[in-house]
Amino acid sequence: MAVLSFVEIADGKIKKASVEAAYYGSKVAESLGTESVAVVLGTADAATLATLGEVGVKKVLHANDARFNNFDSKLYTKLIAEAATTAGAKVIVASFNPNGKLVSSRLSVRLKAGYVPGAVELPVFTGNELVVKKNVYSGKAAAHYKVATDVKIISVNPNSLSPVRTAGATAAVEAFAPSVADSDFTIVVKSVDKITGTIPLTEAELVVSAGRGLKGPENWGMIEELAKEMGAATACSRPVSDVDWRPHHEHVGQTGLTIRPNLYIAIGISGAIQHLAGVNGSKVIVVINTDSEAPFFKAADYGIVGDAFQVVPKLIEEYKKFKAAH
Amino acid sequence: MKILVPIAKVPDTTSRIAFIDNNTKFNPDGVTFIMNPTDEWYAVVRAIELKEKQGGEVVVIHIGLADSDSVIRKALALGADRAIRVDADPTDAYFVAAQIAAQAKEGAFDLIITGKETIDYNSFEVGGMIAELLDWPAVAQVSKLEIENGVATLKREVEGGTETVEVKLPMVVGAEKDMAIARIPNMKGIMSAKGKPVAVVPATDDVKLTVIANYALPDKAKQIKYISPDNVGELVRLLHEEAKVI
Ligand SMILES: Cc1cc2nc3c(=O)[nH]c(=O)nc-3n(C[C@H](O)[C@H](O)[C@H](O)COP(=O)(O)OP(=O)(O)OC[C@H]3O[C@@H](n4cnc5c(N)ncnc54)[C@H](O)[C@@H]3O)c2cc1C
Repeated sequence: MAVLSFVEIADGKIKKASVEAAYYGSKVAESLGTESVAVVLGTADAATLATLGEVGVKKVLHANDARFNNFDSKLYTKLIAEAATTAGAKVIVASFNPNGKLVSSRLSVRLKAGYVPGAVELPVFTGNELVVKKNVYSGKAAAHYKVATDVKIISVNPNSLSPVRTAGATAAVEAFAPSVADSDFTIVVKSVDKITGTIPLTEAELVVSAGRGLKGPENWGMIEELAKEMGAATACSRPVSDVDWRPHHEHVGQTGLTIRPNLYIAIGISGAIQHLAGVNGSKVIVVINTDSEAPFFKAADYGIVGDAFQVVPKLIEEYKKFKAAH
Repeated sequence: MKILVPIAKVPDTTSRIAFIDNNTKFNPDGVTFIMNPTDEWYAVVRAIELKEKQGGEVVVIHIGLADSDSVIRKALALGADRAIRVDADPTDAYFVAAQIAAQAKEGAFDLIITGKETIDYNSFEVGGMIAELLDWPAVAQVSKLEIENGVATLKREVEGGTETVEVKLPMVVGAEKDMAIARIPNMKGIMSAKGKPVAVVPATDDVKLTVIANYALPDKAKQIKYISPDNVGELVRLLHEEAKVI
């Protein structure tokens, strides 16, 4: 028996969301008294994969084959199902990120395994039954899902738990050679368009976001500076991207990206429900707004009622001081 | 080309969320139900745009009881040709996907377009499940979709950028923003929707893989701490020492 986690590589590194999934898998394995195994598809450096040991993974099944470098949900489902059989996995864990969602739901069908999408806590086992919590209604409530199928699948909401690392621990990396046919490949990648030099919003731990309160695109200099100082990604509200003050890929909310960073700083954003739907899973929310009645304050952990044009430059200065001292 | 679009019925985003029966059921009292936004804005509209350009048929499918009529009529008013309603309570994603896959097989569809995720369960499960049940390819996070000679060209969002990929039909596509420009039904559409066929069919099987044991509302409203705009250094200190996020 084992717990198998699906781990993804991007630009030679293990995705942050996958580290969390692997850690979650290790915690589940621990509670079941079994082994934590990870599966990695595509080329990757064995030394990098061995570091999964730091989050409790004992063994990595590595299909080191360049044909698997591009995400293909049908192919990946087949490969992960085979890895699950090889490892004797009773629980499969993935990240609740775009690829994780798609393979988990496919695996649920393939293995007739009950699947909980977007768990925010570790599961509780009673005999063969598992109960785990996930958020529903865009974070306005939670639901406890019960799964009693033989194999169970959980995808983990990003930033739900912080992996505790055992420095220096290594996982054994084993070659995994699944059987594939040409017909298993269903996707041909024609071109890739990466936004370079910035932190992808969905992977960022810290996000600095601004809205219509900034008055115009010429005022984003201080937002970018704050983000750069903090090593944060930048985001914006929808009206701001609608009028092209900011690029569309920065738009968060019900109609844009859903993000769950550790820290979301909202500057000059009113906090409309459609905006909150995309960010209220953030661990800590800071709101800076001139209007003390702005709805965003109701969803915030820390608030400053004040003018962004005065507060943000001060925040940059204070952050610089903090960085110099730490 | 025959396109199938699954549509879900969800509470409007601004709804007050409450539960009944010992927190085991959603309380629909006073709640306005709507078509799931990404199903409507992107999936249904893109299907109709494709049909307008290259012909074919757009069918919407909904798993739900008779009170879903307004949601189905809206899709028809937007321009879908006909609808299928599987007369059952959609309590489990696998169950829903199995109903849709069964109808997709019977109707010999070329393409299924789903929305990004429903705003009630926020899961994005059904699209992938349908694809696996049919043994079709599936691509999610798609912001552009063109079809030519039985091949789909799609732009998909990946971490930190986009990829353009090609996939042979039939397939399942998960729609994202930018795939289509949302439409509002016009008078002609609303009138013609009344005459369009809605087939009501029973569920094919009753296999469910998960159960929602109960719901919970957040423990309490967040306790906000206010910091004076003249003491911004305090915010940095709290983020470091108390919240431990920097
Ligand atoms: C169906 C639908 C879907 C939507 N989807 C989204 C979505 O995905 N994402 C999204 O963001 N929105 C979405 N919206 C729009 C949403 O309802 C709000 O209109 C939008 O979020 C408001 O953006 P804002 O907060 O930037 O602007 P405003 O609401 O105009 O707020 C500006 C804020 O800035 C403050 N302010 C002004 N000057 C200053 C200053 N000098 N310093 C500090 N603060 C200042 C003001 O007090 C105010 O609170 C959607 C709406 C609908 C109807």
